[in-house]
Amino acid sequence: MLPFKTAARRAEAQDNDPAPARPLAGITQLQQWFGRPATFRGAMAGIVLLLILGPFVFSQYITVIMTNALLYVVLCLGLNVVVGKAGLLDLGYAAFFAVGAYTTGILTLQFGWNFWASIPVALVAAAISGVIIGGPTLRLRSDYLAIVTLGFGEIVRFSARNLEITGAASGLSGIQQPRLFGWTIDSAVDFYYVFVVLAIGAVIASIRLSDSRIGRAWLYVRHDEDAAEAMGINRVAVKLAAYVTGAIYGAIGGIFFAVNLGAISPESFSFEQSVLILMAVILGGMGKIPGVILGAFIIVLGPELLRDLGELRLLVFAIGLLLIMLFRPSGIWPGRTQ
Amino acid sequence: MTTFDILAQQLVNGLVLGSFYALVALGYTMIFGVIKLLNFAHGDVYMIGGFVGFAVLSLVGGLVGTGWGGIALSMFVSMIAVGFLGVVIERIAYHPMLAAPRLSILITALAVSLVLQNSVLALTGGEFTAFRTNLGFGGIALGGVFITYNQMVLVGMAAILMLALETFVTRTQYGRAMRAVSIDKDMCRLMGIDVTKIIAVTFLIGSALAAAAGTMAGAYYGSIWYFMGFLIGLKAFTAAVIGGIGSIPGAMAGGLILGLLEAFGTQIPFIGSEWKDVFSFSILILVLVFKPTGLFGKSEVERM
Repeated sequence: MLPFKTAARRAEAQDNDPAPARPLAGITQLQQWFGRPATFRGAMAGIVLLLILGPFVFSQYITVIMTNALLYVVLCLGLNVVVGKAGLLDLGYAAFFAVGAYTTGILTLQFGWNFWASIPVALVAAAISGVIIGGPTLRLRSDYLAIVTLGFGEIVRFSARNLEITGAASGLSGIQQPRLFGWTIDSAVDFYYVFVVLAIGAVIASIRLSDSRIGRAWLYVRHDEDAAEAMGINRVAVKLAAYVTGAIYGAIGGIFFAVNLGAISPESFSFEQSVLILMAVILGGMGKIPGVILGAFIIVLGPELLRDLGELRLLVFAIGLLLIMLFRPSGIWPGRTQ
Repeated sequence: MTTFDILAQQLVNGLVLGSFYALVALGYTMIFGVIKLLNFAHGDVYMIGGFVGFAVLSLVGGLVGTGWGGIALSMFVSMIAVGFLGVVIERIAYHPMLAAPRLSILITALAVSLVLQNSVLALTGGEFTAFRTNLGFGGIALGGVFITYNQMVLVGMAAILMLALETFVTRTQYGRAMRAVSIDKDMCRLMGIDVTKIIAVTFLIGSALAAAAGTMAGAYYGSIWYFMGFLIGLKAFTAAVIGGIGSIPGAMAGGLILGLLEAFGTQIPFIGSEWKDVFSFSILILVLVFKPTGLFGKSEVERM
C-alpha cells in the first residue's frame, strides 16, 4: 500500500475490516485503549465515581450542562445502533425523541396519567413508529432511506405543530415532575442523577447489544448485505430491529427530556436536532461506543466553550464535520491499527 | 370566484412553483446521474444563488434598474459564480470521496450543506434579507383568473433554461459524454472521455440552474434567508424521484407535477395550506415505496 493514503482509501480499508472476527467490538476496543483489563476496570470505576460525585464539585450551571450531555449520550447511542451498527443513515432521528416526549407529555397532561405509567406506552409508541418508518423504507437504497427518514422527521414535527392535542406551535407546558417513593424528582441535581442512571444503562445495553447475536447480525448486514442474507440472516428483520432499538433509546431520552424541562415544543425536534445527534455519532466514530460518548460530550460542551463565537460556532462545527469526513472518516476515537 | 376559477388560479400557482422545483430537481438528477450521489447540499446551492443574485442586483441595480433586465443580468452572473462554486465543492468535498463507502459521501454532502448554510447564517445573522425589486404587479385577467406578468416571465425563463439544457444534453459533445458517464464511468475512461472534467461540467450546470432558480425565487417572493434551501431541496428531491432520478425530462415533469399537486392539495378539504409540506413528503414516501424508479427512471438493482 502507498505510504500516504487518501481519505477515501482509508475509509475503504476501514469498511473492509474483517469485523465479524471481533464480536466483542465495544469491549475489545475499550480494552485496547486502556491497555490491560485491570486498568480498564479502574478507569470505568473512576468515571462512575466522577459522575456520582459530580454535583458536589460542579456549579449549578455545569450540572445542567452535564445533564444535557448525558441526555445526548443516550440519544447518540441510540442513533449509533441505527447508523453505526446497522449502517442505515437516519436523518430523522429526532422523530423518535419527539414520540417519547410527546407521548409522556400528552398522557400526563391531557389524560392525567401517572408519569411512570406513561413510560411503557411511550416505549411501545416509539417501537411502533420505528416499524412504521422502517417497514416500508428498509428495502430502499441508502440515500433514498436517508431522505425518507428526513421526510418522516419533518412530518412528525409538522404534525406536532398543527395538531390540537400536541399543543400546536407553542407545545405542551406544565408537565408534572415525577414522584418516586414519595420523593419528587425536581431539582437540577435530581435530574442529573436520573440521567447518570439512564446514560450508564444505555452504555451497558449498547455493549451487551453489540455483543449479542443481533449485534453481530447488524455488523454482517452493514458490511455485506448479500453475504449476510446468504448466511441466513433475515435482512429486513435485522434492520427493523435496529430501527426499533434506536427508537426506544430515542424515546427514553425524550420521556425524561420532557419531565426535566416540564415543557416541550415542536422546535426541539427539528431537523437540526437530528443532524446534531448524527454529528456526534460521526465525530466520535460511528459504531464505536466510547467514541460516540465522546462525540455526545463534544456536541454539548463544544458550543458552550465556543459561546463567544456566537453564530460562527455552528460554522466551526460544520467545517469540523467536513474535515473529519475528509481526513478521518472513522471519527476522532482511535480505531484499530492495521 | 367559481370552483373552476379557483382551480385555474391554482394551476397558474402550481406552474410557477413547479418551475422552481424543476430547475432545482434538474441539478439533483444530473449529479445523481454522473456520480450516483444524492447531493444534500443542492438546496443550499440554490440558496447561495439567491444571495449572489441579490448581491449583484444591489451592485448594478443603480445602473440597469431592478426590473426584469436587472434581474436577468444578476441571474446570469449568479449562475456563473455559483456554477463555479459547485465545481469547487465537487473538487474539495466529493472528489476525494468517490471511492469511499456510500454512507461516508452522503455524510460529507450533509456537512457541505451545513457549511454553506452556516456561512450565510454567520454573514446575515439569520435575518430575512429583503430582495427589493421593481417588478410591479401588472398582469392580465383571463375570466376570473389573474396571471401576473412576473409569473409569465418566470415560467418563460425557466422554460428557456430547460430547453437550453435539453439541447445541450442531446445535441452537444459534452452532453453526449455526460450521458455516457452516467451509464458506465470505467468504459468512458477507456474510450478517452475525461470523466473528471465531465463531472465538473455537470456540477457547473446543475449548480447554475439552481442559482437561476434561487435568484428568480428571491425576486418573486421578495425575501431570502439562509434556510430557504432546506425545504426546496427536499421538495426538488421529491420531484426528481417522482420523475425518476437520473432522468432529465423526468426531473422537469416531476417538478411541474409536484408544484401542481401542492397547489391543488391546498384546496382539498381538511388538508389546507399548513399541511402542504406533510402532503408533499407523503407523496415522496408513497412514490419511493410503490414506484421507486419514478415515471421515467430505469429500473436498477442496487443496494447500499
